[in-house]
Amino acid sequence: MNAWESALAIAGLALVTLVTRGFFLFPRSEVPIPPWLKRSLKVAPLAALTAVVVPEVVMTQGHFISTWQDARLPAVALTTLYYIWRPGVLGPLLAGVAVYLPLRLALGW
Amino acid sequence: MSLSHTLRSDPDFRRGANDMLVFGPGIAAWGLVTGMTMVKSGLSVPLAIFMSLSVYSGAAQLAALPLIVASAPVWVIWAAAFCVNLRFVIYSAQWRLYFAHLPRWQRMTLGYFAADVNLVVFQRAYPLARREPGQVPYYIGGMLTLWSVWQLPSLAGILLADAIPAHWGLGFAGTLAMLGLVYGLINDRSTWTAAAVAALAAVAAFALPLKLNILVAIAAAVTAGLLMEQVERASRRLRGRA
Repeated sequence: MNAWESALAIAGLALVTLVTRGFFLFPRSEVPIPPWLKRSLKVAPLAALTAVVVPEVVMTQGHFISTWQDARLPAVALTTLYYIWRPGVLGPLLAGVAVYLPLRLALGW
Repeated sequence: MSLSHTLRSDPDFRRGANDMLVFGPGIAAWGLVTGMTMVKSGLSVPLAIFMSLSVYSGAAQLAALPLIVASAPVWVIWAAAFCVNLRFVIYSAQWRLYFAHLPRWQRMTLGYFAADVNLVVFQRAYPLARREPGQVPYYIGGMLTLWSVWQLPSLAGILLADAIPAHWGLGFAGTLAMLGLVYGLINDRSTWTAAAVAALAAVAAFALPLKLNILVAIAAAVTAGLLMEQVERASRRLRGRA
């Protein structure tokens, strides 16, 4: 693919972003969404985030984790404990990274 | 000038920006890694910059990269990104609730910038899922903040791709930030169930191509929620009769 073809492909991808994110925002008239669907859609972002996070923690190259010597596990444990102690985003994140980086860089976990 | 001044002094705008700012470090780590990955997988620096600024969807970018580098047909590249982005179609039905009163071009502009984190943070601020005053400036505050804390590190990653060692695993900081976000959304039995079901489904369906396991997880969690609702309604009816 030459540079112009790649640029065209990327411009199309930007259009995909606009079309998917604006899908139900585009119609002029009210889109009827049944109430049961509205209620259940509320958990969609939570489900999507969980579906992104959990495999990142427990899977390696498409397989379930097979060793305890993985820096991700203590990092997640500490993030969770810190969250229980003080809910938030930044504190738990820093606590997790503080375990993750040394284990990974010094021990190669 | 006057518009930016009005916005900056708007309390809802500032609240939206501040609520988003706590996710800054995690998002920034993720953006940095995405920027690096684009260049390391063989995209030229100008094209990587163009992609980061125009596509503005990390997961779709990462899915499309290997296809672009391998010169796959463009319709395959676009279809792959569409699948990865299908969850946004679901989110847009939610956003309609809050933006329906705006003109179409404004709805589409706000929608274009609406990433996952935007909706999650918004839902935490307005849990009742109905139109309330101040929502649009609140959203714009978060939207501009998220765009900056993603794009600047992403551009840095593109330009410094060779200077940052990949074995640091910086991307995991993004995962940990998302974990804090997930915990913040779990607050009762139905959200616990949704998260547990989504986690199991996402791992079980991981082998699916194009991150379709995310869609499977959404479908499973929504179905589980509706089933639980039915069971609760039935048991209430039974108790009422007894």
